[in-house]
Amino acid sequence: MSAPQPDIRAVARLARLELTKEEAARYGAQLADLLRYVEQLREVDVTGVEPTAHALPRVNVTRPDVVEPSLPLEEVLRNAPARSQDLFRVPKIIE
Amino acid sequence: MLSPLTLAELTARLAAGECSAVEITRACLDHIRRHDGALHAFLHVDEADALAQAAAADAARRAGVTPAEKPLLGLPVATKDNIAVRGQPLTCASRILEGFISPYDATVITRLRAAGAVVLGRLNLDEFAMGSSTENSAFGPTRNPWDLTRIPGGSSGGSAAAVAAGEVPAALGSDTGGSVRQPAAHCGVVGLKPTYGRVSRYGLVAYASSLDQIGCLTRTVRDAALLLGVLAGHDPRDATSVPEPVPDYLAALDAPLQGLRLGLPREYRIPGLHPEVAAAFEAAVATLRGLGAETVDISLPHTPQALAAYYIIAPAEASTNLARFDGIRYGLRVEGADPLEMYERTRGRGFGPEVKRRILMGTFVLSAGYYDAYYLRAQKVRTLIRRDFLRAFEQVDAILTPTTPGPAFRLGEKLDDPLQMYLEDIFTLSCNLAGLCGLSVPCGFTRSPRLPVGLQLLGRPFGEATLLRLAHAYEQATPWYRETPPPPPPAAP
Repeated sequence: MSAPQPDIRAVARLARLELTKEEAARYGAQLADLLRYVEQLREVDVTGVEPTAHALPRVNVTRPDVVEPSLPLEEVLRNAPARSQDLFRVPKIIE
Repeated sequence: MLSPLTLAELTARLAAGECSAVEITRACLDHIRRHDGALHAFLHVDEADALAQAAAADAARRAGVTPAEKPLLGLPVATKDNIAVRGQPLTCASRILEGFISPYDATVITRLRAAGAVVLGRLNLDEFAMGSSTENSAFGPTRNPWDLTRIPGGSSGGSAAAVAAGEVPAALGSDTGGSVRQPAAHCGVVGLKPTYGRVSRYGLVAYASSLDQIGCLTRTVRDAALLLGVLAGHDPRDATSVPEPVPDYLAALDAPLQGLRLGLPREYRIPGLHPEVAAAFEAAVATLRGLGAETVDISLPHTPQALAAYYIIAPAEASTNLARFDGIRYGLRVEGADPLEMYERTRGRGFGPEVKRRILMGTFVLSAGYYDAYYLRAQKVRTLIRRDFLRAFEQVDAILTPTTPGPAFRLGEKLDDPLQMYLEDIFTLSCNLAGLCGLSVPCGFTRSPRLPVGLQLLGRPFGEATLLRLAHAYEQATPWYRETPPPPPPAAP
């Protein structure tokens, strides 16, 4: 099987990334190159091999459910692109 | 001259009453003001804040606090600009975070403060730590202090350049595929990447969460041991940090090397290896043998596939981590006709080329129909890479390789060829995939131009003490760590 030709516009839509025409052409070609390079992984026999998501498998790490102070509201909202009183201001979602 | 000194030397001067913490901090700030115009290692320096911390350290010292209680009392440590320091800017060298002010301290910063350190300045990086040259910074590249026409390595290029140039005695970096070790090698300093889980990642902006680890850059191995002792330890705020006891890294430093076995992996003898890097590496191996260590040839058969596995796994994790930059709660917002257009425009204008490339690659390999063929397969290859190392560590105590295949290259040389740039990390990224610890120590220079070469030591998970002991013995037996780059030309008035 040869490397797929990715539809760069479709991938960019999934990634919520606006691309100029020039960017789409350049990144599309570079993505295709990279996918050709990683084709070599198909040569590796992975039959019966479990995937590794984390090198140190720690599962279900728990801690006591203790209430701690939250971050100061003012410091958090200082970084908001738009705010209204103590809230983040966002574009209208429902008509 | 206080500025090119090590943490250990500065502590001795403070103890002898030869200088104050304020004087040390002032010396660093002067050095930065004078030389950073040429280097561009720093993105931001808050002089008043640094001097206030130094004055507090002097007051603590006068009140009887000793280095035994606070091992970094009065010592400046700079931070890569992807680690949160409360009240200071945090940009990740990205337009999308321009103007962001951290509302809290990363755990490593809390630990530095508790140890008495002066947290000084924000260091340049490749945008979101994606890159190997620091050219991907939205705010302009950092230059290599040994040759200003060359890259300092990356992504922690600002950290490596600042320490090499004597602007600060130590700096924090982060290492996802070599981003502490590779710039350390190119700038001629020590770079330590601790084992995944050894140091808390709370407050480190996530790039690839299963690979990211905070590390340190210093002038000597002893300073790396000192700093790791402060940074390491379990943190309930990072569920992937490990409650493994933290050994006394300094105490283990001076043990002899007799009985230690070092593995030389045959897969790292690649045709693209620079002959003078190869020569420096061979000489380093001979030195370690002379110090009593034994060397054995080993095989890590899945080494050739590591780069491909990395450039699936890291972008996949990056594409999900960076989904949070959507113009809603922080950072840049570019308005659009509807929320979707706002997301697309914000991200399209806010991210630079390499970040976009990795988001696109990551999105593709995780998308329906391709997940099993790419992402899942890469994770299985990761298992095989890890097994190779664990098997090797049954016979050896550490593995030796060159840190990079060649010396620092010229600015712009690899910028238009992502795959060539990715090959820069070919010797360093397996360490992250396998969850090991790694360290780069200076091991010589190329002849002309004269550029630093790094020796990489890879160790078992939580085997930092052994790596530090080996690297310290090597460093003390060789002249390289005493070398400093020529002072960069002063900034134009």
